[in-house]
Amino acid sequence: MVIEETRRKRLDRGIKVRTETLYALSTWREMAYLIVPRTVLILGLLLLPLILDMYWQRVLCTAGIYAILALAFDFLAAYVGLVCLGGALFIGAGGYISGLLNAYLGWPPLLCIPIATLAGAVISTFVLLPCLRLRGIYFAIVSFMFPLFAVHIIVALNVFGGTEGISALAILPNIWVEQYLILGMIIVSLFAIRRLVNEDIGLILRGIKDNDQAVRASGISITAYKTKAVFIASLMGCFGGAYLSHLYGWLGISLFAMDFSILPIAACVMGGMGSLVGPVLGAFILTPMSEALRGFGQLRVVLYCLILIGFIVYKPEGLMNYLQRKYHQFEYWERV
Amino acid sequence: MDGEALLQVKNISKSFGGVKAVMDVNLSLFKGEILGIIGPNGSGKTTLVNLITGFVRPDSGEVLFKGKKITGIQPHKIANLGLTRTFQIMRPYHSLSAFKNLIVPLNSPRVRRSRGGRLGDRDAVAIDILEEIGFQRDAYVPYKTASSLPLGYLKRLELARCIAMGPEIIICDEIFSGLSMAEIATMVPVLEKLEMEGVTIMMIEHRLRELFRLVNRVIVMNFGEKLAEGIPEEVMKKQDVRKAYLGTEVDNVGG
Ligand SMILES: Nc1ncnc2c1ncn2[C@@H]1O[C@H](COP(=O)(O)OP(=O)(O)OP(=O)(O)O)[C@@H](O)[C@H]1O
Ligand SMILES: [Mg+2]
Repeated sequence: MVIEETRRKRLDRGIKVRTETLYALSTWREMAYLIVPRTVLILGLLLLPLILDMYWQRVLCTAGIYAILALAFDFLAAYVGLVCLGGALFIGAGGYISGLLNAYLGWPPLLCIPIATLAGAVISTFVLLPCLRLRGIYFAIVSFMFPLFAVHIIVALNVFGGTEGISALAILPNIWVEQYLILGMIIVSLFAIRRLVNEDIGLILRGIKDNDQAVRASGISITAYKTKAVFIASLMGCFGGAYLSHLYGWLGISLFAMDFSILPIAACVMGGMGSLVGPVLGAFILTPMSEALRGFGQLRVVLYCLILIGFIVYKPEGLMNYLQRKYHQFEYWERV
Repeated sequence: MDGEALLQVKNISKSFGGVKAVMDVNLSLFKGEILGIIGPNGSGKTTLVNLITGFVRPDSGEVLFKGKKITGIQPHKIANLGLTRTFQIMRPYHSLSAFKNLIVPLNSPRVRRSRGGRLGDRDAVAIDILEEIGFQRDAYVPYKTASSLPLGYLKRLELARCIAMGPEIIICDEIFSGLSMAEIATMVPVLEKLEMEGVTIMMIEHRLRELFRLVNRVIVMNFGEKLAEGIPEEVMKKQDVRKAYLGTEVDNVGG
């Protein structure tokens, strides 16, 4: 009897490099190896609006908001070690500021959005600042509670339109601006964050995640750096919020909805934590899926959870990490 | 030793719940010396380091660095004064390559200041430091991910993190433990070189034989208290020190 055993072997492809920043490129094949995935991603995102109909174009805009939130969540969780459930806080802050500027002062959306992005990020960071000392689950819980808090204040004091909200805000000029604004923002944020995590500030943030005590012993204030990181994530989230209020021409307490805090996590789990592009991809899969499942009513959530559990159990590394591994390594079966 | 102490610890105490980890300890560290701190497990050595470097707040007592009180100051500010430490439990930034680990201290305000705000090629500086401390550049060790490094290199990396700060004082918390004799033999010159450059070193160590070759002076701790202080040969002759160490390495020392 002959037992033939095989074992899976993995080998890095030729130009997998020693450091993340040093590339030794020589042939066009190697150039292509690096450039093709990026190009496919960018072109894919940019061409998407052209092949969709009106309804799905709107879905794309919403998916874009979740994508940007997922990116912010992934950045904080995988590169700073902060599990931030403040998605709703960011969306709410950005959305309310932008909407209110438009409603009360009559400023156009394209002016309100950048102002709200910045102001919202300052406020969100300021609110989260006292909690930055908290670790792990505690930071997650506190960041999750602020949006609930905000809703209750708005309702109790009946300010900013109270429970009804304010409608008939100015909307963006047309569906093309709507789509390309958010898509452009996603692409810019994605590459900016990818760059950032390998710059010095990014290395320090990753250091904080791995061992914050050693960072302190190296003479660096972890609070200062965490604040910077939260501010960066808030910028992305608040942009999403500001954009959302002018997408529907409406602001209200549902801008603080839990979905904005929770769905990004799902997108990260599916797309692959720490890959940055994965969560974006995850959001672009999950949001339309959620839309398609609308017919199932409450059952939608159940299906949703099943998919998530499936990913956590069978592919915990997520889609993107899986694909990247396949792309960067040869795999073959070796006889033992 | 005479002259003003670089670092002075005055009547410092700390308890955790009922455990008196450090009790009323006094010590002075003089510029340019290597001071050894020894003592059985749980005698409060690491807690003492934490108290000096601001990671733990004392219940009472104070620490003076160059005559200025540093108790109550945040750890990163103390590090920026040039008072650095290694950690007994090493956790490198495991997702980063070894030399990228050093980018963190190289970005500290202290290093920025000393370089006039211009940092230059940090990667090159980091690799140079690592090479000096025994990471073979030719074998690409500095480029390996920290999580894949063996213990000997991790201990070096801890020390390198301090060296990158351009420190005045380095407190080493058991950087020899778990290393082979050969590995220690390659670490010793690094410490001697630092001493020659004028860096003051405080070494906490269980490896007495190796320690005694390096230090000028040693302090013995037991149950959070300072038990004895002096030059190694004499301290190890004392009855109570032998008792505290009974059954441990004291026989090997030949005191
Ligand atoms: N954060 C803490 N919380 C509670 N107890 C602590 C804490 N840190 C230290 N202790 C206790 O204080 C005492 C002294 O501990 P410490 O780590 O300072 O000893 P050590 O001399 O460094 O020992 P070792 O040689 O094993 O490293 C021990 O009893 C320990 O359990
Ligand atoms: Mg200890």
